[in-house]
Amino acid sequence: MAQIGSFALLLALVLSAYSFGAGLLALFGRDAVSARLGETARRAGIATFAAVVLAGFILVTAAFNDDFSMAYIYHHSNRELPAAYKFAVLWSGQEGSLLFWSLLLAGYGFVLRLRYKTDQRLFAYASVIIASVQVFFLLILNFAAHPFAIMQGSLPQDGTGLNPLLQYPEMVIHPPMLYLGYVGFTIPFAFALGALIMKYPGEKWIQITRRWTMVTWCFLTVGVFLGAHWAYAVLGWGGYWGWDPVENASLMPWLTGTAFLHSVMMQEKRGMLKVWNMALIFATFLLSMLGTFLTRSGVISSVHAFAQSSIGTWFLVFIALTVAVCTFFLVKNLPHLKSEHKLESLVSRESSFLFNNLLLLVVCFTILWGTFFPILSEWVQGHKVTVGPPFFNRVAVPVALLLLLLTAVGPLLAWRKTSIESLKRNFLFPAIGSVAVGAMMIVFGVKPWEDPSYFYAVMAAVLSALVIFTVISEFLRGGRVIAGKTNQNIFGAMLQLCRRNTRRYGGYVVHFGVALVVIGILGTPFNKEVEKEMAFGDKINIGPYTLVCQSYTQDDNPNYGNEWAIINVFRGGKQITTMYPERRFYKASGQPQTLPRIYPSFREDLFLVTDVYLVYEGKNETTGRPIIKAHLNPLVPWIWIGLIIMVFGTVVALIPSTVPVTVAATNPVRTPAHVGAGD
Amino acid sequence: MLEQVTDMKLSNYSATFTRRLLQALILTAAVFLFMGAGPNDEARFKDLGHRMMCTCGCGQVLLECNHVGCQSSDKMRNQLLSALDKGDNDDLILQGFVQEYGPTVIAAPTATGFNKVAWIMPFVALALGIAFVVYVVRAWKSRPAPALADGIVIPPGNELDQLRAQARKETDL
Repeated sequence: MAQIGSFALLLALVLSAYSFGAGLLALFGRDAVSARLGETARRAGIATFAAVVLAGFILVTAAFNDDFSMAYIYHHSNRELPAAYKFAVLWSGQEGSLLFWSLLLAGYGFVLRLRYKTDQRLFAYASVIIASVQVFFLLILNFAAHPFAIMQGSLPQDGTGLNPLLQYPEMVIHPPMLYLGYVGFTIPFAFALGALIMKYPGEKWIQITRRWTMVTWCFLTVGVFLGAHWAYAVLGWGGYWGWDPVENASLMPWLTGTAFLHSVMMQEKRGMLKVWNMALIFATFLLSMLGTFLTRSGVISSVHAFAQSSIGTWFLVFIALTVAVCTFFLVKNLPHLKSEHKLESLVSRESSFLFNNLLLLVVCFTILWGTFFPILSEWVQGHKVTVGPPFFNRVAVPVALLLLLLTAVGPLLAWRKTSIESLKRNFLFPAIGSVAVGAMMIVFGVKPWEDPSYFYAVMAAVLSALVIFTVISEFLRGGRVIAGKTNQNIFGAMLQLCRRNTRRYGGYVVHFGVALVVIGILGTPFNKEVEKEMAFGDKINIGPYTLVCQSYTQDDNPNYGNEWAIINVFRGGKQITTMYPERRFYKASGQPQTLPRIYPSFREDLFLVTDVYLVYEGKNETTGRPIIKAHLNPLVPWIWIGLIIMVFGTVVALIPSTVPVTVAATNPVRTPAHVGAGD
Repeated sequence: MLEQVTDMKLSNYSATFTRRLLQALILTAAVFLFMGAGPNDEARFKDLGHRMMCTCGCGQVLLECNHVGCQSSDKMRNQLLSALDKGDNDDLILQGFVQEYGPTVIAAPTATGFNKVAWIMPFVALALGIAFVVYVVRAWKSRPAPALADGIVIPPGNELDQLRAQARKETDL
């Protein structure tokens, strides 16, 4: 098995190297021979996919067959590991996850090479660039982090098992989502670099890559949020985001990718920001690589860095090479990227995109700076310092609030120029509504003058409400126009509106989801927690809830032994649920793991939903009683609902618009000026 | 003439009012940001516990470490409680922890020496970014309009605004 896997990896390397070399040669010529050479390069790229799939299949099969002759399987699996986690072995360790990276890239490349007829020349360039990235990963897999390495000495009877932190259902979907996002940005990067090298005329390359970029962004979004949910549901500290270096690494390409998705509209609509968009997509790809480097190199300690080794040098060299190539072509072909249009007004959609990009990049820079400052400090001061949550919360949160303000205001601005009257008209209802939300918070006892975190919470609530009311008013405004012209009801009209311009209204839905996510986050300053050793019948009072320990017990299965408590949850004297916070001891690895239990109070508080979050902290060895930590985390479920809405909005934006807007003009406009909010 | 003067006065008044309003808002925000109720021991425990990291290697803030069987966090929490009981001030407590566990025990860079750079740089980036965007906007605004095809004439200011308003009204979706 291992030999076949090794052969498949070597074959994949040869094929991708051929795809790169032959493809590159073919780009220099325009005769029939070059065309045939290019075609062989394309087919070699497709064949690479088959070879990498074979390697991946062999690794997963080895995990299912408990083939502990392979070092990777020995270190990341054991006989009693449930089947789903045996499948997840593919991305549970260093070598496997690099193979998974390569597999996904080969998959993306496979689809791209099949669709080459859209624009053969541009696709040929993109294919060569993808092949070069593929060669890099396959070189590491073959020579630095081989997943099919054989165990030395006698054959072990069982493996050391999977890290307990990874034995959670979300681990089966979180890494693939994150990797689909990381790897996926290679595609728009390849198209952008290809378009730059060949001086591609016009903006068609952006239209070609738009879907790739949005799908990739969606995967990355889901990956980042699933990671946060995994931290919330597994790490057991009651939070979902700890500004850990690896969390930061996933957020950085998301921020630049989001900036790209916005600013690229300026290039499509107005032919502006061509250099900027190139730089943004290059940065997004490089930050994706940096994320992988951070996770894999061990250069920065992190709770998420499940695999560490010396392959960091490989990544550094690759990142440096990529920066050099991108910079060279960006400088060389700068005249080709000259903007065509002028800016007419500061109060316009264009300006809002500029400021949106600025703020997204400042947040990204802050995170990058904070993540690497410990290393810089060691160089300069001779000792490391910690850059943890207090730093990021104080620096990034105010900038993020400004960004939220732009999210609300931006959609109300028209391209080119917005009149103050229309801004007033469109802004009045959302502004009044959002101020009312802030006033209500103060009336209900939130005192922003008592603590900066309360101040931020009120500001976040006001701005989120502003975003939500803006989105609603935009739907209503458009819906009313269509309803008036077609005699439909307002909901049917809004649906039709959405179908007519899916990209614009899908984007609004994404903004709505973002506002819900922020609402979920703003509950943090109001979190409560109580820790107590609990005997039978003991109570914990937290917020409106009373937690009563009914019993505590233990169990055993082939994979782990566990202890858990049975806690009845009461509210207003009525039992609403029973929760089972648990602690496990994994046999193969000998490692313990807490498993919190979460009860979101949707039935009791629909809008002010609160998570009752219980952690089995351990057992008092003297009394034998469990120590339970109870958290009350208000509004957190809105984060996950917000994510679902963001994904829904992205899917809407991906659906092609049905009919162009046609409105009969009573007094036709004499000049062909394009005005209106657009998308 | 009188109308023009009145308009100018109104316009000046409006600008001053806006400036004053902005100043008041910034001042209010600053007051909210830097104001704080006098913390009691429990609040100080929470505050200080969130300004330090657990040293067990979990990478979590001290009060958020729930590492199973963590030897460090329990010991550190007890140390923090006894320091508060002794009546030490915040700086002294943090200094004591730094002496025992090293500078990495503090969860964020201090505002001293080279560590100041950590705090300053993001704001420098923001300021430079704003300056750059303002420069770009000015440059783009002063750029000449692209040449038009023969026969197309752009109508003057007011007329163009009217046409825009009409187009917006007719494509109001």
